[in-house]
Amino acid sequence: MKHLISVQDLSHSDTLHILDTARELDRVTNGGSKLLPTLRGRTVVNLFYEDSTRTRLSFERAAKRLSADVVTFSAKGSSVSKGESLKDTALTLKAMGADMIIVRHPSPGAAHRLAHAGWLESSVINAGDGKHEHPTQALADALTIRAHLRPDAVDFDGLTIGIVGDVLHSRVARSNIFLLSGLGAKVVVIGPPTLLPVKIESWPCTVSYSLDATLPELDAIMMLRVQQERMNGTFFPSELEYSRVFGLNRARASSLPDHAIVMHPGPMNRGVEITAEVADGSRSVITDQVSNGLKVRMAAMYLLIGGEVNVA
Amino acid sequence: MLLNSHLIVGSRPYGEQVCDIRITNGIITELGSDLEPGNLPVIQGSGLISLPSLVDLHTHLREPGREDAETIASGSRAATLGGFSAVFAMANTTPVADTAGVVEQVWRIGRESGLVDVFPIGAVSVGLKGEALAELGAMAASAAKVTVFSDDGNCVSDPLLMRRALEYVKAFDGVIAQHAQDPRLTQGAQMNEGELSGILGLTGWPAVAEEAIIARDVLLALHVDSRLHICHVSTAGSVAIIRWAKEMGVRVSAEVTPHHLLLTEDLVSSFDPIYKVNPPLRSRADTLALREALADGTIDIVATDHAPHPHESKDCEWDSAAFGMLGLETALGVVAVAMAGIPDWSWRTLSDRMSSAPAKIGRAVNHGRPLAVGEPAHIVFVDPQKTREVIPTQLASLSGNTPYAGMTLPVSVTDVFFNGVHQVRGGELNG
Repeated sequence: MKHLISVQDLSHSDTLHILDTARELDRVTNGGSKLLPTLRGRTVVNLFYEDSTRTRLSFERAAKRLSADVVTFSAKGSSVSKGESLKDTALTLKAMGADMIIVRHPSPGAAHRLAHAGWLESSVINAGDGKHEHPTQALADALTIRAHLRPDAVDFDGLTIGIVGDVLHSRVARSNIFLLSGLGAKVVVIGPPTLLPVKIESWPCTVSYSLDATLPELDAIMMLRVQQERMNGTFFPSELEYSRVFGLNRARASSLPDHAIVMHPGPMNRGVEITAEVADGSRSVITDQVSNGLKVRMAAMYLLIGGEVNVA
Repeated sequence: MLLNSHLIVGSRPYGEQVCDIRITNGIITELGSDLEPGNLPVIQGSGLISLPSLVDLHTHLREPGREDAETIASGSRAATLGGFSAVFAMANTTPVADTAGVVEQVWRIGRESGLVDVFPIGAVSVGLKGEALAELGAMAASAAKVTVFSDDGNCVSDPLLMRRALEYVKAFDGVIAQHAQDPRLTQGAQMNEGELSGILGLTGWPAVAEEAIIARDVLLALHVDSRLHICHVSTAGSVAIIRWAKEMGVRVSAEVTPHHLLLTEDLVSSFDPIYKVNPPLRSRADTLALREALADGTIDIVATDHAPHPHESKDCEWDSAAFGMLGLETALGVVAVAMAGIPDWSWRTLSDRMSSAPAKIGRAVNHGRPLAVGEPAHIVFVDPQKTREVIPTQLASLSGNTPYAGMTLPVSVTDVFFNGVHQVRGGELNG
């Protein structure tokens, strides 16, 4: 494996290997307190065309824990904002000797193009491409679910996981639906029909328009962020109506089974898709998702470009 | 000394009986067996199929404005190499072909290139903005004698403007060629809306955005009894509406592109913008419906929607890439691949759909004529055995954005006569 572009490129054993590696790397670094020399002398470029402090920092920390040199190339204040093409940026990074490029881009398929258009030879990790995919977030979520609900099992057979909200515009939802169902979980997407892609019935998930009716079945519930720009009345009538029907509040959380966990890929709109009480409550594993994000990103880098170097 | 005079022996007109063809002064003067050459140069045509040269009702020549992508001269070279004698040049140039001055300029440059007849299409609305009618009458009365009007690239989405345009062109036997795309239903659209667009996260272009406009426009055309042409029909639903409209007596004609006959949306999974086109590549079921409709005549013609773009417009991420693909030099071969095995499809049917029918819609009276005595010698010879690999750098077009790169097409254009001038020989431009 050279690139990590889409969870659909991962075989079942690839996925498990990444999750196992994440756990193992966490163990040998004592939870990140010790640096590994694995990527010493290698250059990892963070190429971010969208603002994303959380994901960028997570990749940066992951790379540094593996002793890589990290270069951050953000669209703001670089030639990108002067209209340089993705290709020209790629050629520049190639000339600078980037071993790995972590790319966040608003266009679906941008990471795929960077990996496969013949512009450069670096490994590419997709850190979110438009509405397409965000594979390391889904891997982080899988690691979180595994830690809380299936610590001793390999697969997610028997688990039902709800993904709630704006699936249409969510790369996190896409990656999670395919990854979690591939691990054996039953995935239920829940939201207003305007925020679900057409023909989603043919995806490996079931569809519900009622959060209340679905809650008692869920072992994990993942609340998606509602983007500010969707709240203009064309996808749903109002923020208030959305949160009344699809927001996770204390009353709804109490309908979940006792063992169920509450997830959110962040950043949250507290008071819209999730109330502060639930986000900070005992079921919430939201901060675990962040720390697991770091672990799976380390694992992905290690597996993609760490294998070829001898650790001194 | 006779100019533009030849005897072509041994070819099979329309793929039927072997027949020699005598051309004298650019006119077909005799057809038959064992014709005496006299002092005419004899050209060996055995094994070849002879057809009236093709007519393309939908070409983007990009001049004026984007001469980096194509010029009228380079597009004319591509057209004759593809077997065409006439192309209709779309109006979305810079400046827009919305005045008599611009259409006359395009027409004159086409005449100077001299390889095909270039018929300018006039814009329906000023600047393609869909707000006010362009000077349709002035363009019709100009030296370019415009008969086809289109805002192609944009839909004439305002129903009142569409109605007025349909009515107005009745005065000079014009036709409105509609790019059927509801703009609100296709905001930001990137590919066919369906299961795949959802998975890829690309904004969908739903079939209904095309079908709703066609349904509206056939009713308008019926109401005002005018001529409507539908550009690049791409969905099975559109076919059904057009079939119904024809049964109702609507004066509607329709075109399909070679790429919508052959290619399907699954190619978009590669995220390679070479497959980005408007309307988008559709499903397998759509291509099958389009092939059937072309064979039974519900769709009247093939038109290329030849859309050249410079390299950088496709060498980028999907969202940033331009819509469109080349078509002129591959049209005949791609149609042959797509229509292979369709019942009742023959060289004669192909000739109707790619030559006589488009000429009639565009009122190009000297094109699309049968291979018969007294007709202009616009003749294309096709080798049905000679395969041809598509190599972008070897195309005559200034651009290389063909989706067929590396594909082997089953037939080749070998020779083309334009007004009796033997200008393509052995698949190469003469001189």
